[in-house]
Amino acid sequence: MATRTGSNPKDLAFEKASAVFAFAVLALTVLLFAVLLRESMPALRKFGVRFLVSGTWDPVADQYGALPFIYGTLLSSFLAILIAVPLSVGAAIFINEFAPQWLKKPVSFLAELLAAIPSVIYGLWGIFVLVPILRDYLMKPVAKYLGWIPLFKGPVYGPSVLAAGWLLSIMIVPFILSVSREVMATVPQRQKEAVLSLGGTRWEMIRIVIGQHCIPGIFGATVLGLGRALGETMAVTMVIGNRPEVFLSLFQQGYSMAAVIANEFAEAGGLQLSSLILIGLLLFLVTLVVNLAAKWILTKMVARASRGI
Amino acid sequence: MGTIAFRRKAVDRAMKWAFSLCAFLVILPLFLVFFDLLIKGGKELRWTLLTDLPHPVGEPGGGIANGIAGTFVITLLTMAWSVPVAVMCGIYLAEYGRGKFASAVRFAVDTLTGVPSIIMGIFGYILIVLPMKRFSAWAGAAALSMIFIPVVVRTTEDMLRTVPTTVREAALALGIEQWKTTLYITVRTASAGILTGILLAMARIIGETAPLLFTTLGNQFWQTRLDQPMAAMPLQVFSYAISPYEDWHDKAWAGALVLITMVLLINIVARYLTREKR
Repeated sequence: MATRTGSNPKDLAFEKASAVFAFAVLALTVLLFAVLLRESMPALRKFGVRFLVSGTWDPVADQYGALPFIYGTLLSSFLAILIAVPLSVGAAIFINEFAPQWLKKPVSFLAELLAAIPSVIYGLWGIFVLVPILRDYLMKPVAKYLGWIPLFKGPVYGPSVLAAGWLLSIMIVPFILSVSREVMATVPQRQKEAVLSLGGTRWEMIRIVIGQHCIPGIFGATVLGLGRALGETMAVTMVIGNRPEVFLSLFQQGYSMAAVIANEFAEAGGLQLSSLILIGLLLFLVTLVVNLAAKWILTKMVARASRGI
Repeated sequence: MGTIAFRRKAVDRAMKWAFSLCAFLVILPLFLVFFDLLIKGGKELRWTLLTDLPHPVGEPGGGIANGIAGTFVITLLTMAWSVPVAVMCGIYLAEYGRGKFASAVRFAVDTLTGVPSIIMGIFGYILIVLPMKRFSAWAGAAALSMIFIPVVVRTTEDMLRTVPTTVREAALALGIEQWKTTLYITVRTASAGILTGILLAMARIIGETAPLLFTTLGNQFWQTRLDQPMAAMPLQVFSYAISPYEDWHDKAWAGALVLITMVLLINIVARYLTREKR
């Protein structure tokens, strides 16, 4: 930005000083990865790839496998995406295209506030409000009449993968919503007006123009939301049930990668601690890849929009 | 009116209602959460909540005073060293940041932003708890700073970039040294935005629970020593919420109400700051 003005020693000193702090941030990131890798080595050496596919988590026998946690994390995050994406995209279309001017700001402000609520408060609300509602009005009736479908098999406890997914969906909505709105705002106004001037209704305009332009961007927003959901800890820990098993039913109590770290880390030692850190390393790598993918998709999208295609 | 035109209009109207419903469903949980916080937390809200230590199960009364103090201390501790690091890093990226090194730093900041907060807890544990052989406020602050720093670096860089180059050039043309221009003109111009970023990041770490679980651990009593386990509000909300006792559940709601009030107040102040400047 600023142009270099000769070689004033004070200027140079200031530049170098700020560079030192920038280097510190870079070094912290490298250090984070390095310590995760070092401390997870014992578990990695002992179990290898088996760690990913073994379902045993047995501190007594000192045998550890992460499959139930990986499964629970993926299943609850997938559910969250399934619920959150249609709602967020619908709400984004409402705010951008349909809402009267006076309503746009309040609605988007309230949606942003959802992101400010600490995750432990979502968890608290989940335990005492959301889980009982889901249990009595959704899971019990569904298990009673559709219980023969493996996905909805009882018994119904309340805390479950479904509850975790549902709570997660509420938490990731603000992120998907705001990115979707930004993506939709990149559509050139003249294209919208073209459809309307041909006699199209507002919905037809949305279907044609947004359908044409925004699908990759909305996909990027979805991936970003997924990155959030995968690493969410407190809310999931409080409602998922914390039982390390692999099963098909959404009503069963499950476990997640972040939740097992939260629950067992403080009292763990030796190989168990190393295994927990290995789960942390996996989570770190997965969220990194997911976030990079989201960023890549969204930058491509913006580049395309700025060329006016 | 032809039937086709009628059908198209009907579909249009139906879709409008569907989208409105989506927007309604998106913000509905916000009202539900606040409603429950006010009803269930408000019931327990009295002065002793803010001034007393937690009481054992079954004993009525008791508060979260040590948690409030602990959160305050840990937050200040985090910010004391994170603010300078993050702001200076942001200055570097905005004012000098070109080339490979700057790209690497930006990539690092992006990476940190996306890392789940529980992993920052592991970081604090390995770096501070393991060598010191005990849980401590230091370790919690180390974990929280890993969340705080990337957010503030990003907003600082973005805010400095909104300052027009002409402002810098005007200062330089007056013969002001470049480092003075940066500190007293550029950073000064962007200060409201930078402060907003700092406050939003602060609101975020006040509510963070996962990074503290196995770093500061929590404490039933007062603790003034930073190398000892310390209580924190979000930790108290968590342990009360998952406890099997009815009266502790009430305290979880009350604690959550205090917590959300703080977080929202900071959020509102932060937003107000930037609004005024626009």
